[in-house]
Amino acid sequence: MRPSFWQRLDTLARNLTPVALTLVLVILNVVPTHVPGIARVLPVLPLIAVFHWSIHRPHLMPAPAVFLIGLFQDGLTGAPMGLHALIFLAVQGVVLFQHKFFMGKSFFIHWLGFGLVGAGATALSWVLLSAFHVTLFAADAIAFQYVMTVAAFPLFAFLFSRWQQAFLKAD
Amino acid sequence: MKEPHSFSRVAQPIRNFAQRFAYVGLVVAAFALMMLAKVDTILVERARTHMTDAVAPILDVLSRPLDTVNQGIAEVQAMRNLYEDNAQLREERTRLLHWKAVAEKLEAENRVLKEQLNVIPEREASFVTARVIADTGGAFSQSVIVNAGARDGVRKGQAAVTADGLVGRVIDVGSRSARVLLLTDINAKIPVLIDPTRTRAIMAGTNQARPRLSWLPPGAVVAVGDSIVTSGHAGVFPPGLRVGQVSAVGEGGLIVQPYVDLSRLEYVRILNFGMSGILQLPQRAAGNSDAKTRKARGGRP
Repeated sequence: MRPSFWQRLDTLARNLTPVALTLVLVILNVVPTHVPGIARVLPVLPLIAVFHWSIHRPHLMPAPAVFLIGLFQDGLTGAPMGLHALIFLAVQGVVLFQHKFFMGKSFFIHWLGFGLVGAGATALSWVLLSAFHVTLFAADAIAFQYVMTVAAFPLFAFLFSRWQQAFLKAD
Repeated sequence: MKEPHSFSRVAQPIRNFAQRFAYVGLVVAAFALMMLAKVDTILVERARTHMTDAVAPILDVLSRPLDTVNQGIAEVQAMRNLYEDNAQLREERTRLLHWKAVAEKLEAENRVLKEQLNVIPEREASFVTARVIADTGGAFSQSVIVNAGARDGVRKGQAAVTADGLVGRVIDVGSRSARVLLLTDINAKIPVLIDPTRTRAIMAGTNQARPRLSWLPPGAVVAVGDSIVTSGHAGVFPPGLRVGQVSAVGEGGLIVQPYVDLSRLEYVRILNFGMSGILQLPQRAAGNSDAKTRKARGGRP
């Protein structure tokens, strides 16, 4: 039986949520906290989202969406345009390339995987930034940011998993 | 989980190829965009401005509860220290009253001397007060977004300050939001004077918490604690804005501690001295002379 118009609309709306949630995280990332020094080491939340959805619902996080999320991140944070688009795409590329490995693995393996992929993304961002500004960038803030992002992974991965169970069951 | 079998065996490889092609295309596009951002900043910055402007109302709303919580915390802390603060303030007041007398005497003297020398008076600044709605002071860049834009009289190149001192410079202006490049950003290069000796220097941001001084004349003498003010050279910033203090002199260069705590910005004043600035485009400067002073705090006036 063909699903009715409203059912299809419902499915579409549900399927848009991974990208929508990621965009919300981009915005949340720049809301001022007024906590001294924290803005410099705030976790890159969209990176967690791109990683998570690329493993669990790759078809709901297509490459063009990842590209746009990256551009949005660059536009808001003031980073060079295209930087995060490239980093997020790279993360997605690695995850999809190793998709068979990640499928059905435990949470800790995912966390470990995120640690490795995130380290690669951090190194890539450092190289790209240094090349863009034609200067050797101080790596300490970027490194701190990486640690914070990896530390924030369990919480957000948990929230995404719950969301997935509650709203994306149809998959 | 099993792969869905809804695609035919023929269509699947083509689809895979198309997806891979699209992926590579996007990676190349991201690269090209970075190149473009390096070469033609205007086009890319305009896109960024539109993006920021579109999200500004959301950021405006989201940043309010956090601001309220922070104010609450600050108030509780203030209550706790009420007694000591009071004693300290009384002491300070006595000292400042003395300074006020001195300043009044000097001001009168200054006015008389300026009249005798026929000094051209400097223009008074008008200003717009704007709330910080996004803090992007991350590892990648150091800037904030404020909730005042072109419609409030904010123009590219204007200086942003707080009561403590200089914050940075407006680099992008949308209709209802603007981006302020903090003086710690790697792109911030500010002509300054090191106060007691009036030595010229350029203060350059490094994306770290504290910028450093460079391009000092040979033989310049700088000590820890020297205060830094804007020099007004290059016409970007008005002269004499308080910037910070030299906090370290050593192998790593001269480090400046800004007076403003850039991680806790809530409101900034955007000054309009009627300066053209090296960054302002000629065609945009034409319509800018009617910038008015408005309080941007409540959004649209």
